[in-house]
Amino acid sequence: MATEVQLDWEVVVGLEIHAQLATRSKIFSGSSTAYGSAPNTQADLVDLAYPGVLPVLNAEALRMAVKFGLAIDAQIARRSVFARKNYFYPDLPKGYQISQYEQPVVGKGAIRIVLDDGAVKTVGVTRAHLEEDAGKSLHEGLANASGIDLNRAGTPLLEIVSEPDMRSAKEAVAYMKKIHTLVRYLEICDGNMQEGSFRCDANVSVRRRGAAAFGTRAEIKNLNSFRFVEKAIQYEVARQIDVIEGGGKVVQETRLYDSDKNETRPMRSKEEANDYRYFPDPDLLPVEIDEALIASVRATLPELPDEKAARFARDFGLSAYDAGVLSASRETGAYFEAAVAALGQAHAKLAANWVMGDLSGLLNRDGLEIGASRVSPGALAGLLARIVDATISGKIAKEVFESMWSEGKSADALIEEKGLKQITDSSAIEGVIDAVIAANPKQLAEYRSGKDKLFGFFVGQVQKAASGKVNPAQLNELLKAKLAARAADA
Amino acid sequence: MLHDLSIGELAERLAGRKVSSLELTRHFLDRIERLNPALNALVTVTADAALASAREADRRLAAGERGRLLGIPLIHKDIFCTDGVRTSCGSRMLEGFIAPYDATIVARLKAAGAVMLGKANMDEFAMGSSNETSFYGPVRNPWDPAKVPGGSSGGSAAASAARLAPYTTGTDTGGSIRQPAALTGVTGVKPTYGRVSRYGMIAFASSLDQAGVLAQSAADAAAVLEVMAGFDPKDSTSVDVPVPDYPALLEAPLEGLKIGLLREFFDGLEARNARLIRDALEVLTSLGAKTLEVSLPHLPMSVPTYYVVAPAECSSNLSRFDGVRYGYRCKEPVDLTDLYERSRGEGFGAEVKRRIMTGTYVLSAGYFDAYYLKAQKVRRLITDDFRAAFEQVDLLAGPTTPTPAFAIGAKVDDPVTMYLNDIYTIGANLAGLPGVSAPCGFVDGLPVGLQLIGPHFSEAKLLCAAHRFQRATDWHTRRPPGYE
Repeated sequence: MATEVQLDWEVVVGLEIHAQLATRSKIFSGSSTAYGSAPNTQADLVDLAYPGVLPVLNAEALRMAVKFGLAIDAQIARRSVFARKNYFYPDLPKGYQISQYEQPVVGKGAIRIVLDDGAVKTVGVTRAHLEEDAGKSLHEGLANASGIDLNRAGTPLLEIVSEPDMRSAKEAVAYMKKIHTLVRYLEICDGNMQEGSFRCDANVSVRRRGAAAFGTRAEIKNLNSFRFVEKAIQYEVARQIDVIEGGGKVVQETRLYDSDKNETRPMRSKEEANDYRYFPDPDLLPVEIDEALIASVRATLPELPDEKAARFARDFGLSAYDAGVLSASRETGAYFEAAVAALGQAHAKLAANWVMGDLSGLLNRDGLEIGASRVSPGALAGLLARIVDATISGKIAKEVFESMWSEGKSADALIEEKGLKQITDSSAIEGVIDAVIAANPKQLAEYRSGKDKLFGFFVGQVQKAASGKVNPAQLNELLKAKLAARAADA
Repeated sequence: MLHDLSIGELAERLAGRKVSSLELTRHFLDRIERLNPALNALVTVTADAALASAREADRRLAAGERGRLLGIPLIHKDIFCTDGVRTSCGSRMLEGFIAPYDATIVARLKAAGAVMLGKANMDEFAMGSSNETSFYGPVRNPWDPAKVPGGSSGGSAAASAARLAPYTTGTDTGGSIRQPAALTGVTGVKPTYGRVSRYGMIAFASSLDQAGVLAQSAADAAAVLEVMAGFDPKDSTSVDVPVPDYPALLEAPLEGLKIGLLREFFDGLEARNARLIRDALEVLTSLGAKTLEVSLPHLPMSVPTYYVVAPAECSSNLSRFDGVRYGYRCKEPVDLTDLYERSRGEGFGAEVKRRIMTGTYVLSAGYFDAYYLKAQKVRRLITDDFRAAFEQVDLLAGPTTPTPAFAIGAKVDDPVTMYLNDIYTIGANLAGLPGVSAPCGFVDGLPVGLQLIGPHFSEAKLLCAAHRFQRATDWHTRRPPGYE
């Protein structure tokens, strides 16, 4: 099987992302949407599809969909229609899913993604529509039976459908990450992929480079991690190329990705093709979205990721890459800005390096979100201030930071306690230098005879003698003078 | 006799403590016990609960509370969910199903002190025009036991006509209140779509279904409708329009009221029926109304349009009856497909299956545009016809049905002939308009109904016209022999 994408093939990917909206209650009933409750404890008569019950649209879900549309500069439908998608399955109590078909809330929009080489690419969003989630079928742990949990039934979803604009698995992941960032910025989705709050279906096809028409696509269902998206697409691309190069044809079908085996497989074939018989849901009137609603939602839009990144680059002199990393989540941006505010804008680059470097490292090591950081932005700024005022070196600061993380003390307290304050007293430094020079006559002679690189040797010896606490800049200056002075004496 | 009294008279006697709700309830329960076996109008009698409700109503009356329906019994069509009471919708699918909640109209009437005596038989899932599709057997017409009472609210109509309760509730998707009201000689009101909540009313065709009332007179119906009507946040299609005090508006003069005679409604109408309708219109003219002939050119397409739209919606609405969570489940299913196929195959009757299949077909890929979409376009044209007509006239008038009640078994094997029985009633459902059927005479000893249709939310005007007509005539006071 081909493991690398061949140069004469072009990959075409479109994603359908399902973002679970962060409403307190379901999209058409008053049941809670909280995750992890005992089965069927969050399903009321509407969710259970009892005879005679009717759906009522959750206004908050609609506002969230509008918010997403505004954030991607999409057309917002003035009149939007809910439709029924009819099929039988035990976890679909009504025998139909309420979704949107012809008139979704959100029309055409676009998302900008940054590729590995720094190039910016625009991916089209075809539409985004509201729909209800189904329940869950449980087949394991039950003898001769299947269980149905309807807690998830009726949970609001925003299905975000992209244009087939992505040309590699990496682009698809970059797009999905960007949407993930955006929905969390907008606070319309918690983005929790383990709990299924954010997942996607990938439509994948290949075509000969230069071909005008798309190849036949396969749809890979229910991918719930960025890594799976990337691997599943890579596998599927290689599979399709193999099929075509082997003289076969790609079949339009739905496939599932098996992460254990890293392969995609056709879903159990249905005896007949599904005909969902979409038609407008007569229980729900068309939703009228007026200017007042749009304006009130627009007023709640936060600074968006692209705007924040541009501001970071402009105001703090950061590179596009750094600005992008620091604006990837609202929490990271807020942490960074708080640290800069405490430290002073002139030292923003230093703060950026520390947030992206040491802080990020310890957060990853301990599996923490930045909001749960053991070192607050103020405390980090306190540490960085000591670098700025030359109390400690950057190297010592790393040790202090580790101690702050584990002991929860301030940088100043730790510097004091451990005696890490830099030696900046010139006479004290000169004393150490004198002792080192006196102890190394051979090296001194070689230096004098022109072996300049021995300067580093003397620096190392002095720092070693002083436990690394000598201010490096002062040391350089004084050492240079001492060595030169002795040379002059001779 | 107590069952001869109007709702207004009953309320007066209850208020004056001349009769108690308990006595009233016992009187009607006694009639049900004696008369229902021959009619099969009720599928469930809730005697104990009724007596308890009556005692509660008597306590409220004793405490000085007054209400137009307080302490007065009724029978609900078995399509309305009633908390803790069997709700079968005329189907084997819901045999023994106990609803866990009250429909909004049931709750409203309960809160007003109405005393439920039981649940009325009906065509299965309200699909039928003769009450012959009920799993619980046909209902007999009190005027002639060999004849149908109409449908789908056939049990409600027969019970009202036989005075088994002062009034009954019904639902009307294509004529299911007005047609049986006409065929049993009672007054039936189908309100504007959205006037009465559909919450808790088991759906047949959501865009057409509307709950209403079958009563002894327009005045009685006005008192009931005033309680049933009103916005319900649980029904997104209910409309937030204030409910007029219908009983207070009944006596408005008819002078200057312009009534349009629907030309299309007289095409093919039997001569004796046509005569009765023209006589009724003369009565209205004598009361000051003016009549003129109007035409709704697309109205003849209402039956085929309806038999696309209604089955389409029902095919989806009835998908929830799958044998998984409640209702009928086949014995020992071998797998999921078997569970679905046999539970639905055994649980639904022939007419319901016919409509589910029709509806599935018209929504299918490749047929959707030709049937469903086309029907929606025609529906719009019919609605526009009515709108244009109401620019010329205040109300439209015509017969409710083409013929009086037909024999049980006469049409049951011929769906198209059966469907044509609703030819005059379906238009109002497609356009969401309110309609009333009021008794206007007899042909061969069987009642005939005059139908009035008005613009959206014109119930007060319709009830007023029907009431003034009833003050000038006595057709609505006639009793079927044996049910005096």
